[in-house]
Amino acid sequence: MNAIEVKELNFWYGSFQALKDINANFKEKKITAIIGPSGCGKSTLLRVFNRMNDLIEGVTTRGEVIINGQNILNKDIDLVKLRRDVGMVFQRPNPFPLSIYENIVFGLKIHGLKDNLNEVVEKSLKAVFLWDNLKDRLHQSALSLSLEQKQRLCIARVLAVRPRILLMDEPCSALDPQATLRIEELMRELKNNYTIIIVTHNMQQAARISDEVGFMLLGELVEFGKTEEIFTRPKDKRTEDYISGRYG
Amino acid sequence: MKNPKITEKVAFFFLFLATLLIVVPVGLIVIIIIRKGLPAINWKFLTDIPREGMRQGGIFPAIVGTLYLVLGAISFALPIGLMSAIYLSEYAKDNFFSRLIKLAIVNLAGVPSVVYGLFGLALFVVFFKFGASILSGSLTLGIMILPIIITASREALESVPYHFREVSWSLGASKWQTIRYLVLPNAISGILTGIILGLGRAAGETAPILFTVAAFYLPQLPKSIFDQVMALPYHLYVISTQVPNVEEKLRYGTALVLLMIVLFMNLVAIIIRYKFRKKKKW
Ligand SMILES: Nc1ncnc2c1ncn2[C@@H]1O[C@H](COP(=O)(O)OP(=O)(O)OP(=O)(O)O)[C@@H](O)[C@H]1O
Ligand SMILES: [Mg+2]
Repeated sequence: MNAIEVKELNFWYGSFQALKDINANFKEKKITAIIGPSGCGKSTLLRVFNRMNDLIEGVTTRGEVIINGQNILNKDIDLVKLRRDVGMVFQRPNPFPLSIYENIVFGLKIHGLKDNLNEVVEKSLKAVFLWDNLKDRLHQSALSLSLEQKQRLCIARVLAVRPRILLMDEPCSALDPQATLRIEELMRELKNNYTIIIVTHNMQQAARISDEVGFMLLGELVEFGKTEEIFTRPKDKRTEDYISGRYG
Repeated sequence: MKNPKITEKVAFFFLFLATLLIVVPVGLIVIIIIRKGLPAINWKFLTDIPREGMRQGGIFPAIVGTLYLVLGAISFALPIGLMSAIYLSEYAKDNFFSRLIKLAIVNLAGVPSVVYGLFGLALFVVFFKFGASILSGSLTLGIMILPIIITASREALESVPYHFREVSWSLGASKWQTIRYLVLPNAISGILTGIILGLGRAAGETAPILFTVAAFYLPQLPKSIFDQVMALPYHLYVISTQVPNVEEKLRYGTALVLLMIVLFMNLVAIIIRYKFRKKKKW
């Protein structure tokens, strides 16, 4: 099953074309990594999926992105519903300057959900393996946590609104190697219930955790396929050059 | 003068001197006014009406009048100022129109206060027929402190990092929900500071109330917003220049009360700032 189908996607910032004819299917409950050199359009592609690019002035999107049987690029799509369905974890571990508890229920409050908040907090924190550590200090400021804990909390904050797809834009780049490995472990765990798309600069990371990989270059999706194949027998010369370290 | 040690010393000396020059007059003003005004301060002075042609008695109506005016000004300027600050920093696109508005606000801050007074006279007193009244005076003062409120609120709003907004939007929050539940709570200390600085300014100005509300001598409390009131700054002006043979300590006592009100508000602003700054760090 495909969680996201991308057809003939083109994207412009003003007159600068950042995405060119992208075609790809992102499989349900798998981890798909998007790799490529800086500025190739990875974040841009990710932010198409929850329409975060809409917030930037002067952008144009063409093509189709099918999620849940609907083209989410349609003008009349329900953005609130889309963004609940497609959650995003950012590069910087950035919990709100609120308590741990309030961070997690923030999304629920926004959507007017007031029931079982405690339960959701427990479930979300358990899902990111923070519950045992934090259950006794839920009302402390989230800013006192370690970076790794902060990033886990940010993931829990997204999980609380029950998305089906998780977009992660370099979620480990602020973390040390050990913490990175532990977050990767968490992602493998989350894969049972969520479709994960992760942008990463780190090719080892992509090789370690992803089922499929897309390699982007200058706004094009050069190659997309099973992780092993891409890393062992890339079809495109440019992919090969990149994974053997011949690009920046 | 190539030796960096010497130039450093010279630079330090002048910079320090300049800083000192700011502190000295402030200190002197406070000391002189306290020394000359304190003997006048007693319960009767604070709670009695002026008597004997303002040469005896207290300043109670002027204190009340000033409080009314300040409250009136803020209840007008706060909603408008805050809403336009939110519009400017959260919604307005960077175009000619919004730049024009920002320019207008900067210029509004530079308009001499007596001009506000004339403006209030023409618009509120005469055109809207509010007469010389608390309403006219409050509106005039409100317009005068609008730039303070807007500027402080905008700074406060813009100090909330953009990535928090992004997270909120990505969770499905609308722009307004993000402002309401995330940005405003985190900007509140800066906004409060702006409010209090605005209050202090409104309490202290004479010119804007001169033609719009202030009564020369009105030994009673107002009954509605269409009444005139006495106000501390104008009362001080009156007993200092218009009424002969007022005891010096009465004048300085009035000045002291006014100064204390303004300094108290600034102090509150500083405390709020300090408390919130300690709390958050991102
Ligand atoms: N708001 C914007 N306005 C104009 N151009 C932009 C904007 N954001 C990104 N771009 C451009 O679009 C291209 C793709 O940017 P994007 O952020 O998607 O790259 P990326 O692959 O995520 O890079 P990185 O690995 O550095 O995060 C870049 O050339 C970038 O300069
Ligand atoms: Mg990026």
